[in-house]
Amino acid sequence: MFRLEARTSTSAWFNLALPLLAIGATLVLCSGLIALAGAGVIEAYGVMFSASLGDSYAITETLVRATPMIFTGLAVAVAFRAKFWNIGAEGQLLAGAVASCAVGAIPMPGPLAMLLMALAGAAAGAAVALIPATLRVKFKVDDVVSSLLLNSVIFYALMALIEGPWKDSFSGYPISPPIEDSANFPVLLEGTRLHLGVVAAFLAAPVIWFLIARTTLGFRIRVIGENPEAARYGGIHVERVLISTALLSGALAGLAGVSEVGGVHFQVMSDISPGYGYSGIVVAMLARLNPLGVMPAALFLAAVMTGAEAMSRATGVPAFLSDVIQGTALLAMLVALLFTAYRIRRVGAAR
Amino acid sequence: MSVVLEQIFQVGFLAAIIRIATPLAFATLGEMFSERAGVLNLGIEGIMLLSAMTGFTATSLSGSLWLGVLAAVLTGALMGAVHALFTVALGLSQHVCGIGVTLFSSGLAYFLYRLIFGQQSVPPSIKSFETLPIPVLSDIPVLGPAVFNQFSLVYMAMAAVPLAAFVLYRTPWGLSVRMVGENPRAADSAGVGVIATRFQAVVLGGALMGLAGAFLSMVQFNAFTFGLVSGRGWVAIALVVFGRWDPWRSAGAALLFAFVDALQLRMQASGLGHIPYEAFLMLPFIFTIVAMAVMSRNAIAPSALLKPFRREER
Repeated sequence: MFRLEARTSTSAWFNLALPLLAIGATLVLCSGLIALAGAGVIEAYGVMFSASLGDSYAITETLVRATPMIFTGLAVAVAFRAKFWNIGAEGQLLAGAVASCAVGAIPMPGPLAMLLMALAGAAAGAAVALIPATLRVKFKVDDVVSSLLLNSVIFYALMALIEGPWKDSFSGYPISPPIEDSANFPVLLEGTRLHLGVVAAFLAAPVIWFLIARTTLGFRIRVIGENPEAARYGGIHVERVLISTALLSGALAGLAGVSEVGGVHFQVMSDISPGYGYSGIVVAMLARLNPLGVMPAALFLAAVMTGAEAMSRATGVPAFLSDVIQGTALLAMLVALLFTAYRIRRVGAAR
Repeated sequence: MSVVLEQIFQVGFLAAIIRIATPLAFATLGEMFSERAGVLNLGIEGIMLLSAMTGFTATSLSGSLWLGVLAAVLTGALMGAVHALFTVALGLSQHVCGIGVTLFSSGLAYFLYRLIFGQQSVPPSIKSFETLPIPVLSDIPVLGPAVFNQFSLVYMAMAAVPLAAFVLYRTPWGLSVRMVGENPRAADSAGVGVIATRFQAVVLGGALMGLAGAFLSMVQFNAFTFGLVSGRGWVAIALVVFGRWDPWRSAGAALLFAFVDALQLRMQASGLGHIPYEAFLMLPFIFTIVAMAVMSRNAIAPSALLKPFRREER
């Protein structure tokens, strides 16, 4: 017989090993699908790796792909730290994209446009996240369901925009007018898509880490997540901190939309996010809600996504493998997290 | 306005409502069983998609429609069991697991579909069920041909609502489900197997979600397309809340949503609408969010929803 036994602490190497363990298990599990598709497992993963991390251009593509997921990953990590269950990063991203696109279409000097796009996108994301947080604080409405349902509301609002007032009257396609050329984020490396937003994402992660780990607000966020009673007893205004967390989380998710509009698409369309908001949950969990861990976790998912396309072309394995890997990685990580709270003990057969 | 009213009392319009409501009713009942037992299943969106794929594939390969339905139900039950394994047996967080199940199932559905059918310019389709007119009843004017000349899966959905209500409110198992969703500690003391009951409810819920998926790919569209489910799973999550976790109210909510959706489609088709159709599609979500705010004071949700149960923890 085996039984689970509560565990009080885990060593540092163990915390680091867990996501790697989960990713390893995921790749092993998903190799079954590669074999099912009649391709060589080593070959397929090999192509995936070389096409996403094998040369400098591939690496820049992976970095570009990782950027929105760093932002949504941070958004989810911050929210989950406070046990504000923000499943709405997808909608917050879309809101950020719409707002930044609207601002970016106004002619003005480039740097000013980019700054205002970021502000508008962050504000829009924060405004959306404020809804489930307010409903929870004021009406005790479950934030999981309300934040999730808001994704659909925002998505349809976006659709109404691009099929209505923003519709391309020339081609008739449901895509928004492009932002001004001057508002396009500068490309940092000639011949690649590496844009300013990528740098912003990699700067945001340590900033958020500092905020969570070293500031009063960060301390409060952690305390209301770990023990709201103690927080309240200690004089922390739990509701206010929850609202601040939601604003911060929503703003980060909104920035994911800003960077996609300003650096990649330069306009808004219905599939501007292939689920980056949900991927943010995978990223945050793999990172164990640590903002610094969000960077490698997002890079892993981005590499899988970029690599899957090339793998599909080379081996015929459907590129949807990357979606399976994402889901499996999340579930594997959750199981792996069990080992932080419990250890498996062998116990003698009961008599 | 009179044009709108004219549209409503048409056989085709009523039949459309029923057809839109059917998968939502299955999905909503499925989610309701799961949530009544205390388990939120956000895997619903993916479970519906994967079931739609396996059902379509089984029919496509075997030529048997009912084999397809069976495959979809089994797929749904299996994915329900996966969600239950993580959330009930291991006690992992329900919302994160649910998102994981949705990501996994959707990815797997697309992956396997592409693997089996390849990339085709025209998606393969199947010959779906014939409608099955019910003698006498189908002769009732307007209502008859709309409601009683339907597909067998539609009748199953109609039967599923009273059946679900009966099971939930009138059987010992239904009582156990409600107990483990309201107060698992008390249920445990009363000798109800909390883990087992929750597991069963989530699996049953998954099977119903499977039926919803089967209806989409095998009756409504006769094909498996990308974005087939397109948020219907999330709609079901909303309808369960809007229907206050009750089979009758949830089914009513599904009908109401189907009415709005059918109206929206009509207005789009007839070029009547000055309101963007997306405004209609948003409605169920907005209504539900508002309803949650209004209802929360009465605490109608199953008390133990989202709370894992471990006997040794007090």
